[in-house]
Amino acid sequence: MDFGFSQEQEMLRATARKFFENECPSTFVRARMEEPAGVTDQFWMKLAEQGWLGLIYAEEYGGSGLGFVDLTVLMEEMGRSVMPGPFFSTVLLGGLTILEAGSPAQKKEWLSRIAAGEAKAALAWTEPNARWDAAGVTVTARENKGAFVLSGTKLFVLDAHTADVVVVVARTAEGKSPEDGVGLFLVPKGAAGMTVKLLPTMDATRKLCEVSLTDVRVGADAVLGGKGGGWAPLARVIERATVALCAEMCGGAQKVLDMTSEYAKIRVAFGKPIGTYQGVKHKAADMLVEVENAKSLTYYAAWAVDENVPEAPLAVSMAKAYASDAYRKVSATGIQLHGGIGFTWEHDLHLYFKRAKSSEFTFGDATYHRERVAQLINL
Amino acid sequence: MDFSLTPEQQAFRQTVRAWLRDNIPSEWKHVGSSEIPRVEAYELLREWQRRLYEAGFIGLTWPKEYGGHGLTFMEELIVHEEMALAKAPPILNVLGVGMAGPTIIAYGTEAQKKRYPSKILSCEEIWCQGYSEPNAGSDLASLQTRAVKDGEFWVINGQKVWTSFAQVADWMMLLARTDPNAPRHKGITYFLLDMKLPGVVVKPLRQITGEAEFNEVFFDSVRVHESEVLGGVNNGWQVGITTLMYERLTLGFGLQMRLRIALDSLIELARRMEKHGRVITKDPLWRQKLAQLWIDTECLRVTGARAITKLLRGEMPGAEASTGKMVWVETHQRLQELAMEIEGPYAQLWKGADRAVDGGVWQHSFLRSQANSIEGGTTEIQKNIIAERLLGLPKD
Ligand SMILES: Cc1cc2nc3c(=O)[nH]c(=O)nc-3n(C[C@H](O)[C@H](O)[C@H](O)COP(=O)(O)OP(=O)(O)OC[C@H]3O[C@@H](n4cnc5c(N)ncnc54)[C@H](O)[C@@H]3O)c2cc1C
Ligand SMILES: Cc1cc2nc3c(=O)[nH]c(=O)nc-3n(C[C@H](O)[C@H](O)[C@H](O)COP(=O)(O)OP(=O)(O)OC[C@H]3O[C@@H](n4cnc5c(N)ncnc54)[C@H](O)[C@@H]3O)c2cc1C
Repeated sequence: MDFGFSQEQEMLRATARKFFENECPSTFVRARMEEPAGVTDQFWMKLAEQGWLGLIYAEEYGGSGLGFVDLTVLMEEMGRSVMPGPFFSTVLLGGLTILEAGSPAQKKEWLSRIAAGEAKAALAWTEPNARWDAAGVTVTARENKGAFVLSGTKLFVLDAHTADVVVVVARTAEGKSPEDGVGLFLVPKGAAGMTVKLLPTMDATRKLCEVSLTDVRVGADAVLGGKGGGWAPLARVIERATVALCAEMCGGAQKVLDMTSEYAKIRVAFGKPIGTYQGVKHKAADMLVEVENAKSLTYYAAWAVDENVPEAPLAVSMAKAYASDAYRKVSATGIQLHGGIGFTWEHDLHLYFKRAKSSEFTFGDATYHRERVAQLINL
Repeated sequence: MDFSLTPEQQAFRQTVRAWLRDNIPSEWKHVGSSEIPRVEAYELLREWQRRLYEAGFIGLTWPKEYGGHGLTFMEELIVHEEMALAKAPPILNVLGVGMAGPTIIAYGTEAQKKRYPSKILSCEEIWCQGYSEPNAGSDLASLQTRAVKDGEFWVINGQKVWTSFAQVADWMMLLARTDPNAPRHKGITYFLLDMKLPGVVVKPLRQITGEAEFNEVFFDSVRVHESEVLGGVNNGWQVGITTLMYERLTLGFGLQMRLRIALDSLIELARRMEKHGRVITKDPLWRQKLAQLWIDTECLRVTGARAITKLLRGEMPGAEASTGKMVWVETHQRLQELAMEIEGPYAQLWKGADRAVDGGVWQHSFLRSQANSIEGGTTEIQKNIIAERLLGLPKD
């Protein structure tokens, strides 16, 4: 057993920390919040040059062929700088679905372009019913002479507005169980009948869209995997993306803890640094416990999905349940311990506080995942 | 990152598992047992630890020449995990195994290292910890028990309190003040004290559970030979503190094991109890509470694995090791509280009532758990330590 990061992984962390400090300071983040794209071409190309857009893709698709534990390290650093932009949607949602379910030709076409920074992808999965289970998929895909016609509405779709290809999850048939008859379809940007509306969001570093599909026709070559067998690969994608999200949340929470303990050392009230007072000290200690626990469960989940062990789904839900609560609590306490300054737009804390909130409700909150844990331990 | 075991470790796990299956005493009732050793079970537990020792499943990381096995924390972890799965009885000489032994091995003279550790493991000699005093608890360095040199002997006068196991202990880890003029932390010496020496008087204290598990210990001119000083005169603070990290780890394994057993028992309880006509494990609210306990228990396990990894790599455990006690306390107390809530009105019944659930064991463990956030350093003190040492916040 060796439950720690390797030297290479620690080097990746150091490189990434430096990179984001230079390339993604909060001035950059704030500028991207004000714009629809959430990213600049220049920044995106730098991510490609670092090899991070293809980090987890095989070398034959232009990737680096690294694992999920490596990705965890990178995600923590991205979370630390509340990095905006379509990395998550491209690499971990759209891209990963193509990797899981696509044919070699589809993978070649899309993954190598993603890795090179030439294409962005998104995953249109959830709908206005806001369900995370297969029964939530109601957008229809009618088969018509070998082609498919997609209709319905997708909601909370990350970065569909900048994606060159949107992977749409749609129902091809009503099967015995909701998991049967779910298909995955590649819909290129600008497809006739697809409209993408960017939605104002509380966390402006995350761009969410509503995607309306009105008789969108795609060919048989647009199907990823078997036409009705999309749920199993999708579930694997979501599991992995959830771990990556947890890692991002850990990185953000750690940064809030760092900012807060630094502030507590320099802010003087009643003649002493506020960190001298136990009302502050004990809250800071609680924050550290939350952060460390969230990391433990996240690293464990990263290992579990990387190795594909049977307990992976349980590990993932434990991590997301914990991290959802932890990031929310840590970022909220961070604001409180900063006093009035923590409530301002100017201070960066609200970026983390809002990211904690958007992350909490992405792929299921703590309550949802605790129920999943209950099921997985056979309660 | 790798959670798998080597073939040798897997084989070791199988050996431990098979041994436990055949050797856990049939009289042992594990239900609800997250407990520390109870007075009524002392004889059974003494025998149990002796058998563990003979089978070679205790003191795994201690050097061979001092009764151990020279193995790693990995094997130690495996044994504790298997004990949890098998719902094995706890280790009686827990302070000896968790604290006295490692401290003696770290600081002892060759004679001391030959003399004490193996008898600790075999439970031939039970140890207690004489740190706290009426006026020195959290603020341990203010302790006042005095030791004055008289020829080859130190003469001890004073009092300890809350001393667990003193009523059965053969030896005490004693902290006493040897230089009252030195700065508080510098004038303390660590003694190995024979509890049978004339002038040692033990008075049991009845506690919240009704039992007398801890004691007052009085010293009336007790003469301790100078060869029983551990780690040098006036170096007691150092000796007492530096081994705390290892103590936290090995005691931590034991705590983790008890928590796991308690959680399994609690879930089993929830499966057979109903509220308002519905089995508790089918109630959405209860599923949330039980799942959170499961998550927190697992979290302690993987956090422990992070800390052990650092040790196996020869590094010092970092932040993750310091949070363990606090997280364990919070989780365990919540677990015990939930047991009461599951029992509902039945929670009021005490041992002896026919209708008491599981013979009233949960009432006992619930009450006992109140001490978890006091013994071994209070939660407030743990938080101060985390904030000051790990986050670098200023001291008062
Ligand atoms: C929305 C809003 C509206 C406001 N409106 C007004 C207004 O109209 N007029 C006005 O005069 N002010 C106003 N304030 C200011 C407000 O009263 C102060 O923000 C508040 O008193 C805290 O002071 P501070 O921001 O300097 O934080 P600090 O005093 O620096 O406190 C920072 C942190 O340290 C903690 N802390 C400080 N001292 C101790 C201690 N001894 N023990 C334990 N913890 C301690 C605090 O609880 C806090 O968590 C407003 C603030 C806000 C957020
Ligand atoms: C069941 C049990 C078994 C025990 N077994 C042993 C044993 O075998 N050997 C042994 O030596 N001792 C033993 N103890 C004693 C234990 O270590 C002490 O009780 C503990 O360290 C607290 O000391 P105290 O009781 O004097 O409380 P105090 O130190 O007086 O604390 C009272 C309260 O004040 C708080 N407090 C104190 N200082 C601070 C501070 N600086 N900041 C914030 N809050 C503070 C504490 O957290 C606590 O809530 C045992 C205790 C119990 C309950």
